[in-house]
Formats: sequence, structure tokens, C-alpha cells
Amino acid sequence: MVGFNKVKITPPRWLLAELTYACPLQCPYCSNPIDYAQHKQELTTDDWKRVLTQARKMGAVQLGLSGGEPLVRQDLEEIVQHARQLGYYTNLITSGYGLTEARILALKTAGLDHIQISIQASSEELSDYIAGTKSFAEKKRVAHLIKKHGYPMVLCVVLHRENIAQMADILNMAVELGADYVELANTQYYGWANLNRDLLLPTRDQFETAEAIAQEFKLQVAGKMKIYYVVPDFYEDRPKACMNGWGTTFLTVAPDGMALPCHSARELPNLDCPNVQDFSVEEIWHESKAFNFFRGDDWMQEPCRSCDEKSKDFGGCRCQAYLLQGDMYATDPVCSKSPKHDLIETAITDANTAAKNVTEKPLIFRNSKNSRNY
Amino acid sequence: MTINPENKLQFSSTHRLQWEEAQQKDVILYPEGMVELNQSSAEILKLCDGTRNVAELVIDLEQKFQTSGLEQDIRNFLEIALQNGWIQQS
Repeated sequence: MVGFNKVKITPPRWLLAELTYACPLQCPYCSNPIDYAQHKQELTTDDWKRVLTQARKMGAVQLGLSGGEPLVRQDLEEIVQHARQLGYYTNLITSGYGLTEARILALKTAGLDHIQISIQASSEELSDYIAGTKSFAEKKRVAHLIKKHGYPMVLCVVLHRENIAQMADILNMAVELGADYVELANTQYYGWANLNRDLLLPTRDQFETAEAIAQEFKLQVAGKMKIYYVVPDFYEDRPKACMNGWGTTFLTVAPDGMALPCHSARELPNLDCPNVQDFSVEEIWHESKAFNFFRGDDWMQEPCRSCDEKSKDFGGCRCQAYLLQGDMYATDPVCSKSPKHDLIETAITDANTAAKNVTEKPLIFRNSKNSRNY
Repeated sequence: MTINPENKLQFSSTHRLQWEEAQQKDVILYPEGMVELNQSSAEILKLCDGTRNVAELVIDLEQKFQTSGLEQDIRNFLEIALQNGWIQQS
């Protein structure tokens, strides 16, 4: 039975606070929901402080401040200060666009621990094109300021067909900017990325060439720089252990207060995700329908149900099963044991065809005008 | 990268060592990650405050726990800590 089965509930460790859907960039792989323009309401400063306090009390310790672009929130410093006083490790996940030196200092004073900055490509032309905003030069300037003020810095580059051939240059850029970590985030096909999948999914050759370069680099920089790698799961045999298991570790709170077991869960039907304005984090985590929905393994179908790897990957990603085959209970089609694994092969073939087609349809950029179509 | 016996050991300025009440253990926090520590690892790291080299750290720790023969275990752990960037040598 799906729902309120008796599973031992572990406390949340990771809280992702999506402070706003507003963003000056328009990246066509954004993980925000494609209909974000419908969700205009934002939590107040006091709402966020209450949520942070409640989650910390339960044991959450890593806090991601994200969006949209979290810098848009004028109360960011106040939220950071509150979080740091509670003992969170505070991660600002930003495009860097619009981040002034004064604000970098103010955030430092507030207690911010780390800044993750994203750059869209290693060349100005491509980075500005993908961002939909002229931002490359400013982002590089901001990255230098982040390091100047002693923050550990993650440089995040989302990888897709347009920029994956720049892998060597992207890694050199990470060195030049003094990144402590480089996150090579193969595009995950949710939200806007799912809309643009045919145009973003790299070919297997592109992916393997880039991976070999990244592996060699990893050895060169061992001890100096670390690599975070978001798996390109369309080219894997087994699905990712999504969210470390549903409702075990991760809690996302969307800008309007909706609490989500993963940041894409808004796309799933009939979860009735609760809002932090109506319930405490503890009630949401323990008692809500949404957070109990895929806890444990009673919900699984075959081949997951009798699979000896089910406690390792939890059947993969529920959102991916839903987006690809319309059944959120199904085995993630990425798994080679899935009866629908051919959907992945088809997606790769379609993307290869699109790559060769000179009259490609254009990328759909993430902005309010496009969002209002959904 | 290995531990130089002459150098003082210091916990990394870009990591945080913190007691977690909910988990009843010390943890290392860093960008988007956490390492849970057992008690002995945590005690070693707490002494990496820039005032001790390896030998001095061993003496202090053996004294604190009124025991001996910890040196090899401590050295092994410090090598791991150095490789992971949890400590620095100055």
C-alpha cells in the first residue's frame, strides 16, 4: 500500500530553501517548474526564519539558499544570519550575476560559509547565449571577489550538448578562478531541461570524450581541487539513488512555501504537497502524505520489488519515471532492467537526430513569458 | 602530500568542525557535504589548532586519555585528514 506504511523515519539533514523563482538569467535547463510564473507568492522573512528553526531542531545541518536567484531577496543577509546562528552550514547557490563586493562582505559578516557560482560555458559568447543575459565577464569578476574574501568556492557548470566539448577549457577556467571545487553537473532532464531535451542531451561520443578529460584532470588536481560530478544518468546502466531515498535526507521548500521531497516533486500528480504556512516542518516530515508517499519499498512494482539492488538505488527517480513513461511508480527507465528502458535509447536517438538536423527547433529559454504558456 | 613532523597542524579554514546534538556526534562541514566523525577522530582534529606538530599532538592525546601506543593510529588518521583537506600544515 502506498502511503502511511510503517517505515523508520530518519531526520532531514539537507534543507534546500528556494527563496524566489525570480532570476535575471534564462538558462534553458533550469530545474524550476516550467509553470513557475503561476507561483508568484513568496514566503516572508519571518516564515523562512521559522522554517529554518524548525528544520534545524530536527537535525538539518546543510542549508542551500537557492532559487531562482537568491540574491534577488533583499532579506538574504538576515536569513543567512539567522541560519548561521542556528548552526547551519550555509551554502549560497547563485549565478553570481549582480553580486557586489559590498554584498559579499555583508554576507560574510552575516556568517555565510560558502558560495557556489555558476558559469554557463568557458567562452563568453556561449555562456551569454545560454544564460540569455550578458553575464560572463561579470561572473568571472565576482568569482575572483569571492576568493578574495576567503570563501570556499564551488564553480558549477551545467553540461549539455552545446558546451560539453569545452570540457578542457571549463576545467582550466576553474583553475584560473581559484575554485576549490568544480561541479560538473550533467543536465538532469526535469523542468525546462525536459522541454529542451532533444537540444541538450549530448551524444554518447561527446559524453565519453568529455568524461575522459575530466578523469585525467581529477588526477592532476588531486589534493588541490575536488570534483563534484552529477551523473549523466541517460548513459548509465543503473538509476541514481535519487535524493538518497525519498523522505530520508532532503527537504526542499519552494518560494511559495510548498514543502517538497525533491525539488522536482512539484511535477508529480496528486502528492498534495503541504505548505510550511499550514504545518510545522516536523508535521510535514513525519505525517504528510507527500513525504510518506515513496518512503520504504512497499510502493514498488516489478522489477524493483524483487530486485536485490532496491535498497541501493530505491528504484531510481520518481520524477523521471513519471516524465518519461507517465507512471511515477514504475522503475526508473534509466535502469537497464526496466521494461521501458527503450525510452532512453529512443531519447538518445532523437537527440542525435536533432543534433544533425540543421533546421533545429530553437531552445526554449526560461523566462516568465515562456512560463506563462504552461 | 604527507605529514611533515616539524610542522604545526591546523584545522582547515574552509571547513567547520561542529558538534551535532541531533546526531550526538562531531561532524566536518564543507560546501554541500558532511563527514560524521567517531569520537577519537574528533578528538584528534580538535587538537589541530596550530600549536602542535604530530609528536606534540600524540603526547597531549595520550595524556588526555591516560593511555599509550596511539601514535600509529593518529598518524594514519592525520594522513587521511590531510589528503581530504580537513587539516593544513603551517
